[in-house]
Amino acid sequence: MNKMDTHPLRRSRAFATVFLKEVRENLRDRRTLISAFLTGPLLTPLLFVMLISFTVNRELDKADQPLKVPVIGAQYAPNLLGALKAGGVVPQPALASPEQAVRNQDVDLVLRIAPDYAKAWRKGEPVQVELIYDSSQRDANTSVERVTKLVEGYARQQGAMRLVARGLSPSVAMPVVVAKRDQATAQSRAVLMFNMLPYLFVLTIFIGGMYLAIDLTAGERERQSLEPLFANPVPRWKIFLGKLAAICAFSTASLLICLVAFAVIGRFMPTEKLGMEVNLGPSFALHVLLLQLPLIVLLGGLQSMVAAFAKSYREAQTYLSLLMMLPILPSVALMVMPIKPQDWMYAVPLLGQHLGILDLVRGNGIGAMPLALCLAGSSLVALAVALVTMQLYRSERLAISG
Amino acid sequence: MIEVKDLHKAFGAVKAVDGVSFTARDGEITGLLGPNGAGKTTTLRMLYTLMTPDRGQVLVDGVDAAVDALAVRRHLGVLPDARGLYKRLTARENIDYFARLQGLPEDELRNRREALVEALDMGEIADRRTEGFSQGQRVKTAIARALIHDPHNVILDEPTNGLDVMATRALRQFMLRLKAEGRCVLFSSHIMQEVAALCDRIVVIAHGRVVADETPDALREQTGEGNLEEAFVKLIGTDEGLAA
Repeated sequence: MNKMDTHPLRRSRAFATVFLKEVRENLRDRRTLISAFLTGPLLTPLLFVMLISFTVNRELDKADQPLKVPVIGAQYAPNLLGALKAGGVVPQPALASPEQAVRNQDVDLVLRIAPDYAKAWRKGEPVQVELIYDSSQRDANTSVERVTKLVEGYARQQGAMRLVARGLSPSVAMPVVVAKRDQATAQSRAVLMFNMLPYLFVLTIFIGGMYLAIDLTAGERERQSLEPLFANPVPRWKIFLGKLAAICAFSTASLLICLVAFAVIGRFMPTEKLGMEVNLGPSFALHVLLLQLPLIVLLGGLQSMVAAFAKSYREAQTYLSLLMMLPILPSVALMVMPIKPQDWMYAVPLLGQHLGILDLVRGNGIGAMPLALCLAGSSLVALAVALVTMQLYRSERLAISG
Repeated sequence: MIEVKDLHKAFGAVKAVDGVSFTARDGEITGLLGPNGAGKTTTLRMLYTLMTPDRGQVLVDGVDAAVDALAVRRHLGVLPDARGLYKRLTARENIDYFARLQGLPEDELRNRREALVEALDMGEIADRRTEGFSQGQRVKTAIARALIHDPHNVILDEPTNGLDVMATRALRQFMLRLKAEGRCVLFSSHIMQEVAALCDRIVVIAHGRVVADETPDALREQTGEGNLEEAFVKLIGTDEGLAA
């Protein structure tokens, strides 16, 4: 075989050569490894699960556990107290100054029964019980609501008995009854809590590729190895594609670890106790991966572009930390102004992934049309970003470190 | 053979290279001598196609750099001013990376690499990661990396910069060996002794222009100075930025 024949074949290895070298080199960097495969993908699911478990358990604790409430004047209303006890309230001895105790947050609430309770009751006049609480204490609100409901329930029951005693139907006193028909499914309730999930995935991708993106452009220039690299007979766009592929490989691996972690930890989340149903299993993971693939390329390209502008490693790090704020925008926007998703929104990168992942969490799956729009829209933008960065790679200044 | 014809390059208002022409022939060592900031590095960067000249032509073995930059890079072995190695890779891995980018088949790669490791006396450091290498070890690795594809033309930008006496001597021997192998060796320097000791031809650059292009002997004759150092100072007009 003569030398000319081997050339086309030789050149085609450039992409793989750059890719493999960058992957190998970065697998030897402890900081990159830890951020891409440990803290990045695992911290978010852990935090998320802890947050949700904490919220859920706190709500549940309040509902099931005996509620200790100091009662003043318990001796005047033994029947009311009996009803409260049946509802899980444990009456506590009276306090000397209940208002002070509530303000000091010593107790959540105090129930005060007036001394003339029994007298008024016997006359059939309305009687008053006082609930002393502080509504700025969010913790206390569930307890206040619970005791209020118990008292109201007791009052309704007694009222009905009085009507019956006078030969009237209890329905006379209830001309209108509200019947609540909640259309939320167990899964759609979960969406409220899982609103931040799409952002966590994007963040994982971002962190997974960040150190590589910096290292492969700004870092390589700072270490002055870009100039000798460009002296090789390989077009710069091939070198860029090899580097981009390495960044994407790391961020994809990061996302995969994150998804596996969610699938595993998701099993231990007590969501069903709140009447929610969340499936973070393999099907969910695969769909998320599919949705995020174009975004992985887009973010990798964007990170490379920003890092190529920077003069040094540190500068690139600063720019990229700012860029990290970008993917939070759709999540925040949707939280502040809840809008009905339109088809075109799926074509917007980040927003499309956000809506798509929420569709998946909601359990109805993502439609073919939104899916196609999401993939096509993000892919187009990813391509544009890659082309612009490629253009940037051709500039003379990029290679020169001094 | 490297032919440079009327190269121009300006950065904004600064004319870094302002009409440089010379020829570096096969089997000869050509020295590019000039004070710091004279335009040596910019000239060399245009030779290995990192920069595009504003005007003028570069021919390497008859191939026009403006027409086929990749072919030109294939004909060149380059030790740029920036020596950056990959510090998380060993010296051998650094060399292999460039060999594969040059498109060397694996068996040829192994033979060439081991020959260079031997010739540059880097057996002991070849499997160490390059982080913490001395300046001399770094230059050796960078040179092995630049010559892995057996290029006919070799460009070295200030190759002895930062080297100690022993390493400098070894490098000079190596350059003479490249010449003996019939290669075209072009190197830049601001050190007169070095240029005088090695070069068959000296191209003196000052303020982006060629002020002399002669053999060392002819240079002495031309300036009427018996001493090369005096000859250079006379040519450049000042001794600023030069080192003996």
